[in-house]
Amino acid sequence: MAAVAAFAGWLLRLRAAGADGPWRRLCGAGLSRGFLQSASAYGAAAQRRQVAHFTFQPDPEPVEYGKKSHQSSFEILQPVNDTVIFGEDVAFGGVFRCTVGLRDKYGKDRVFNTPLCEQGIVGFGIGIAVTGATAIAEIQFADYIFPAFDQIVNEAAKYRYRSGDLFNCGSLTIRSPWGCVGHGALYHSQSPEAFFAHCPGIKVVVPRSPFQAKGLLLSCIEDKNPCIFFEPKILYRAAVEQVPVEPYNIPLSQAEVIQEGSDVTLVAWGTQVHVIREVAAMAREKLGVSCEVIDLRTILPWDVDTVCKLIQMTKLCNQNMYIGQGRPAVFPHELRPHASLFKPYDINLGFSELFSRYILVCIAGAA
Amino acid sequence: MKKMLTAAVSRVLSGVTQKLASRVLVASCKYSNNATFEIKKCDLYRLEEGPPVTTVLTREDGLKYYKMMQTIRRMELKADQLYKQKFIRGFCHLCDGQEACCVGLEAGINPTDHVITSYRAHGLSYTRGLTVRSILAELTGRRAGCAKGKGGSMHMYAKNFYGGNGIVGAQGPLGAGVALACKYKGNNEVCLTLYGDGAANQGQISEAYNMAALWNLPCIFICENNRYGMGTSVERAAASTDYYKRGNFIPGLRVDGMDILCVREATKFAADYCRSGKGPILMELLTYRYHGHSMSDPGISYRTREEIQSVRSKSDPIMLLKDKMVNNQLASVEELKEIDVEVRKEIDDAAQFAMTDPEPPLEELGHHIYSSNPPFDIRGANQWIKFQSIS
Repeated sequence: MAAVAAFAGWLLRLRAAGADGPWRRLCGAGLSRGFLQSASAYGAAAQRRQVAHFTFQPDPEPVEYGKKSHQSSFEILQPVNDTVIFGEDVAFGGVFRCTVGLRDKYGKDRVFNTPLCEQGIVGFGIGIAVTGATAIAEIQFADYIFPAFDQIVNEAAKYRYRSGDLFNCGSLTIRSPWGCVGHGALYHSQSPEAFFAHCPGIKVVVPRSPFQAKGLLLSCIEDKNPCIFFEPKILYRAAVEQVPVEPYNIPLSQAEVIQEGSDVTLVAWGTQVHVIREVAAMAREKLGVSCEVIDLRTILPWDVDTVCKLIQMTKLCNQNMYIGQGRPAVFPHELRPHASLFKPYDINLGFSELFSRYILVCIAGAA
Repeated sequence: MKKMLTAAVSRVLSGVTQKLASRVLVASCKYSNNATFEIKKCDLYRLEEGPPVTTVLTREDGLKYYKMMQTIRRMELKADQLYKQKFIRGFCHLCDGQEACCVGLEAGINPTDHVITSYRAHGLSYTRGLTVRSILAELTGRRAGCAKGKGGSMHMYAKNFYGGNGIVGAQGPLGAGVALACKYKGNNEVCLTLYGDGAANQGQISEAYNMAALWNLPCIFICENNRYGMGTSVERAAASTDYYKRGNFIPGLRVDGMDILCVREATKFAADYCRSGKGPILMELLTYRYHGHSMSDPGISYRTREEIQSVRSKSDPIMLLKDKMVNNQLASVEELKEIDVEVRKEIDDAAQFAMTDPEPPLEELGHHIYSSNPPFDIRGANQWIKFQSIS
């Protein structure tokens, strides 16, 4: 009863403060705008640059697996069975060294370069997959996936449906470095998962760490549906943790609760998970708010149940704050059936009217 | 004593003036006004005759081309330096080694013609009329940059120069579109659509070929074949490395891209071809880049240092022009050295400017997204940071 009263009181204060409330409260708490910026290592010239800052936090070591080794994100790729891996520059190892050593190990008829043609690469991959072989196509940067958009959406996604399950390209996986790094500008920073999030027939997955990446990638490869696997490029070097040497799977379409909490649910994926974790820690420390952090992992089809169950408990949820296309519009209308769970507090933070039915609070605006 | 001194001085002076006089005398008949050169014949595809095999280079033109090429070379090297000093960040694709292409193309067309190219655009930005200052300031992201500091290395634009395009091959259909506009407006202009050997394998280039040929557009497709698409050599990327034949139904010619006179004549020929209404034409420029694909590519993991050295010593475009001019009395070595000094000074000035000019104000971050909308807000890094978008 007291908890409810306190909670209501907090909400009322929030409401009174208006849309700027949380931010102003933070400012009031003695935090300057600069607290989100990293102590620049580049000197005076770069001090004004607002660099997104976060520290990669490895998950605690999983105990149930066997031998582990210290691996970063680009050492996990190993082809399985009759797999072929292809893409621009994959033969020598790839621009992020994800495929280093594979050509020597598995031969040049299984690991090969393609010319510069994304539409061709994906179309070609669909063709291989339709015959039953496993194809792992690499698109060098997610920003270049758009020439292949037609092949993915119109061919790969609809193959099973339009042939009445006679054919499918389920053994196709498209991997692509994803997300911003700070200096990528227009064409080396994009996060296009939202464009694909509206396309039934494909699966879209974004891991947050090497351990997750290996398990999720292997699940994507084994999954009988075409999958797009976006690898946060900033984590290729930044993220190092213990990863089991033997293959293992992490189920798709399952969100993971990274941190339990009781006041707010924060949902994120990819790089943002680490930012949100820091945000949650900050919120606990500075505002006394207990945040639940969920890593969505699979963007499409996403784990509606877990997210809604947890929102139901905390009654407050954010959306992923990632700049660019990262914000999926699938989110609100799928939550609509659960709208009865939420009381219609109208804290409208200027997003589409779909959101105005829900309580959306972002603590400490993540980068 | 005084007499002796004055005598000695006057002797020295007269000696000096004599020397000067003789030097002037020599100077006035030292240079010829022009010289005729034989240039390499171009390989032709679907063409009965090609560009002429001899050309006349005037002293004036020669000095102009030399200065432009030297400026581009120095500018690229300065950009390399600035990048390593972290004044330029992000991506930087340098075109040193390919100067004859930029300057030769410009020499073959009019300033009213149109040019569009890929991201290796600094040289063409300069020849199309941008100053070194505005190019370097754009690279360092400052207010005085040609795109107001918001475009960077790959997005430089000038009058009749449509960039600077980051996505490989995307400029193909764009160039065909510009050519359509030229034809539609009936102003006898052509469009040079440049792309690289890597981009030649993109589907949209084939689409552009088809549209240009179907509608007889005055579009000159130019493949700058520098033998490597990033780190992949042409043999490993293309089923046919005869890029001048890849237009299939479009006639083509293959040009020595290290000889500026070759490039100039071929461009003139191609421009005349298009202007006479015969439709598109394809030019392959055989050239070479000394730097790697970009500043993050050392450029030696897929080719040997010896190869780079041999091209530098045998076919360097600036060296070739210099030799031609000096051996045919169009200029002297000292004169060209003076031009070098001038160019160096200009580049140093520009670099100094580019390092000290202020960055564009943060308020301008959201401008120019739409056109003539009422100003609206753009969300920044979090919901409470807002930028006004005005255009």
